[in-house]
Amino acid sequence: MSWDEIAPAIRLTLTLAGLVTAILLVLATPIAWWLARSTNRLKEIVAAIVALPLVLPPTVLGFYLLVALGPNGPGGLVAGLWGGRTLAFSFWGLVIGSVIFSLPFVVQPLRNGFAAIGEEPLEAAASLGARPATVFFAIALPLARPAYLTGAILAFAHTVGEFGVVLMIGGNIPGVTKVLSVSIYDYVEQLRWGEAHVLSAGMVGFAFLVIIVTLLLDRRFSPLPR
Amino acid sequence: MNGRRPLRLLAALVGLSWAAPALADSVSVAVAANFTAPAQALAKDFTARTGHELVLSFGATGGLYTQITQGAPFQVLLAADDERPARAVREGYGVAGSVFTYAIGRLALYSTVMALGDGAAVLREGAFTRLSIANPQTAPYGAAGLEVLGALDLTQALTPKLVTGESIAQTLQFVETGNAELGFVALSQVIAAPAGAVWLVPETLHAPLAQDGVLLDPQAPAARAFLDYLRSAQAQAIMSRFGYQVP
Repeated sequence: MSWDEIAPAIRLTLTLAGLVTAILLVLATPIAWWLARSTNRLKEIVAAIVALPLVLPPTVLGFYLLVALGPNGPGGLVAGLWGGRTLAFSFWGLVIGSVIFSLPFVVQPLRNGFAAIGEEPLEAAASLGARPATVFFAIALPLARPAYLTGAILAFAHTVGEFGVVLMIGGNIPGVTKVLSVSIYDYVEQLRWGEAHVLSAGMVGFAFLVIIVTLLLDRRFSPLPR
Repeated sequence: MNGRRPLRLLAALVGLSWAAPALADSVSVAVAANFTAPAQALAKDFTARTGHELVLSFGATGGLYTQITQGAPFQVLLAADDERPARAVREGYGVAGSVFTYAIGRLALYSTVMALGDGAAVLREGAFTRLSIANPQTAPYGAAGLEVLGALDLTQALTPKLVTGESIAQTLQFVETGNAELGFVALSQVIAAPAGAVWLVPETLHAPLAQDGVLLDPQAPAARAFLDYLRSAQAQAIMSRFGYQVP
């Protein structure tokens, strides 16, 4: 196996995971904040919708995305803006799919993180005259830092580990949609097991590292005595 | 009192499950994805004639072969090429002397949005964004599609537009969902499509798609019976209905 052959897949996977993580941290913040603080009775319904990808098979998501990204769905409309036909088979199609697929992995820790802050620090700040935005950025955000770290790690790792959705909407284009997990699948199908072994072992190492880091962070930030 | 009844029922069921194989066997068949529709029709006919059940698993030939090398419990492989069945015998997974060509497939260019009267001209013009093709490494129809591009001297021009399906089934699905304007599929998949949507690729543009079958389990009389059945006039009539040539 040559480095030139797998470098595009590694680069693509890391770019995709990095971008998806950044988007998710921004996108999940208001959702998680609302879920943690709202007293609206319907909020658990929203929470359930956000959590759906945890339970749904990737094929369900892949199927809906394929239709939605295609020329007869909203994706086709958006692609039409720059003369394209579909968002499937594109890097941005993968970004959209991955964001939806990994949303619960960020919303859940953030929601817990915001809830753990409790009312007191926020009320104290407000009674001292801090505006809501200041309360959020100066008090809540720093206090929720461990939750952001956990969410970011999970989003990144989960995107790297994604397979089914990408297989269904990616079209396997080298450098554009052929991520690491799909490369491994292809190598296995072609009986090129040397390559499959190298990449798979790399993924095992990566996954182990991610889990160790998450566990250590958990200990470090845990309020409980250890 | 009647506490013993469930036990008796269980005994009867166990008896049935033992008795069943004597009457009719089930044959597990790995089928190249292009042959999905005819295989289903053949299975129905074969079961009606012999009582044997066929359990069909579909996939790209290369993927099925990988599974066979890892002990997948298939008794017959119906490949989309003549390479894997021969290799199966060579590597000890297939029964020597059981390989034969059951059908010769035809490659078709298919579109739901473009008129394909002259497919070669459409390909040369290149007025599309995505051309769908099966993974040439694992799907023989994908390899044939690449050969066609080569024969038309379009490899360089069209490679950036290729999207790859894991099997010929996914390749068709990319076209059907409209995500790709056109794609290289098997004629049998689009046999019912309107004439203008299909361009039957001339066989001069690629090596013939001789599709071989091979027996994988020497101790399966029903599997042998199925392979014999594939050579029968009735089976060949079904295959030609789906656009396959029979040897």
